[in-house]
Amino acid sequence: MRNPNGRFGEHGGQYIPETLMNAVIELEEAYNRLKDEPEFNRELSQLFNEYAGRPSRLYYAEKMTRDLGGARVYLKREDLNHTGAHKINNVLGQALLAKRMGKTRLIAETGAGQHGVATATAAALMDMECVVFMGEEDTRRQALNVYRMRLLGARVVPVTSGTATLKDAVSEAMREWTSRIADTHYCLGSVMGPHPFPTIVRDFQAVISKEIKAQLLEREGKLPDAVLACVGGGSNAIGSFYHFIQDKTVRLIGCEAAGRGVDTYETAATINTGRLGIFHGMKSYFCQDQFGQIAPVYSISAGLDYPGVGPEHAWLHDTGRAEYVPVTDQEAVEAFEYLSRTEGIIPAIESAHAVAYARQLASTMDPEQILVVTISGRGDKDCAAIARYRGEDLYE
Amino acid sequence: MNRIASAFDHGKAFLAFLTCGDPDLETTAAAVRAAVRNGADLIELGIPFSDPTAEGPVIQGANLRALRQGTTTDQVFALVRQLRQDVQIPMVFMTYANVVFSYGAERFISTCQQIGIDGLILPDLPFEEKEEFGPLCRQYGVSLISLIAPTSEKRIAKIAKEAEGFLYIVSSLGVTGERQEIQTDLSSMVEVVRQNTDIPCAIGFGISTPEQARQMAALSDGAIVGSAIVRLLEQYGADAPAHIGGYVRSMKDALRAL
Repeated sequence: MRNPNGRFGEHGGQYIPETLMNAVIELEEAYNRLKDEPEFNRELSQLFNEYAGRPSRLYYAEKMTRDLGGARVYLKREDLNHTGAHKINNVLGQALLAKRMGKTRLIAETGAGQHGVATATAAALMDMECVVFMGEEDTRRQALNVYRMRLLGARVVPVTSGTATLKDAVSEAMREWTSRIADTHYCLGSVMGPHPFPTIVRDFQAVISKEIKAQLLEREGKLPDAVLACVGGGSNAIGSFYHFIQDKTVRLIGCEAAGRGVDTYETAATINTGRLGIFHGMKSYFCQDQFGQIAPVYSISAGLDYPGVGPEHAWLHDTGRAEYVPVTDQEAVEAFEYLSRTEGIIPAIESAHAVAYARQLASTMDPEQILVVTISGRGDKDCAAIARYRGEDLYE
Repeated sequence: MNRIASAFDHGKAFLAFLTCGDPDLETTAAAVRAAVRNGADLIELGIPFSDPTAEGPVIQGANLRALRQGTTTDQVFALVRQLRQDVQIPMVFMTYANVVFSYGAERFISTCQQIGIDGLILPDLPFEEKEEFGPLCRQYGVSLISLIAPTSEKRIAKIAKEAEGFLYIVSSLGVTGERQEIQTDLSSMVEVVRQNTDIPCAIGFGISTPEQARQMAALSDGAIVGSAIVRLLEQYGADAPAHIGGYVRSMKDALRAL
């Protein structure tokens, strides 16, 4: 029988070099031991609340609601977390876990830099060494985040192999982990990679949907009709969906980065354009050519610029429980500007993909219906790139 | 008899790896023949993959060059058909799970049988996942080669018990590539292997000099060399086969003394 470990339908698994097998087994054992331990959870809750600023706000976007003329729109404000994105939820959990496992060093991959900044932050807080792998192309697109990581004491390694973006940063972090396992934890940033990462990261991010549910029940006395989030690897999306998966009336919609369009090669919309494959430790959907070579994907968003998607999303897609829609660069940039002007909230360009689809969807819904959009991060980091997209160079 | 076993029939084996299509398939064919003429006992043919996560910079570079050249799985199959007209020694493919999976596992593995490929090494297919392709490999008589790493510890026994063809012992932590020194306690690893299987085992990762090959083969049944050969291809391009021939001879000579 095929390894049942960490399967979501046929997706998931542990397709990694033998050198790493004991490391992921050790991680799984440690996680299973700690996840229900009261002291671990007390420490994690304290970090979430006192340090990261949880619970994050569920904000009723009244102007946006009025403007779109349909469903009541709520924004789950993960952008208000410490370090400015949802990434901190997962990182605090994994850093605490690593610390309990006796590890003294964290390594991480990063695309937009948000996960790298979060990991560097947790490492600073917990007195751990930190090395972040970042595609060289992304170090240019996100220079400010590179500086933030260094300021926090991390070493940033620009990755020049392959396409020099997020997938190559993941590959390089995996290579680094195979060379140094004893003292090092690979703090993977999304619900991807080999088991147990997709489960661990989901569990730490599930706080998002847990809070949305409680906050909305208190405020509206009911469940939302739709929950929207952007999907690269899919950590903020799975976090936003998780506690609603059993509530079949709630539509779960993941917004993929279509780049210049799903009918072009310059796209990162994995579920919409990819096919089943095995890569980075998991079976899932990947953008690839007919011989299984991983495609050089493209999106304006460095955080969604990944050729795969987490295995649980692949499964939610297969079962029809969640829908995955493509959103282009152009639509995302317009949504970035729209939310800034309408609500005075500058979203990360990643999150703007979800805002873009919310703009389309809300007006087709009834005023009694509720739509929740997760704003996974803040957009300060993207201002230079969006200005450039609009033909303005901020550094001239 | 499985052809792989014959690689270990005449003393310590020398197993040579190279990436198909680097710098082009004609050079690959000439390099394989040069290695065979000069004493290689088994050839590992790498099918290039866009994201070879178990490789160090040297073999990563070879994968990239081969893909830029437009090398495809079908072209590699055609190369093997052509090589099999005169090459008698065992040949195995080394590639990544997605290359096999996306081609259609049955189509890929049945083609291996047809063209005379004896085994399959997939560094991203550990013991826990080997049933992904295991049943098809058994059906078509292609050995799915297992790897053992310095971190395998308690896993060695169960991996060895189910191993087929030969066991690939990874000498060091990290990715492929030449190393000054190999520090792993390989003799204890081999001892556990011997207690659990009769199939041969060879050591790879980090071996480049005749002296290292001799040391590694003394501990096991053979030495596997990849990066050092790929480096010759990188350095000499279409002229590499002559250099590879000389190199393989020096390596095999070092093993003959054992």
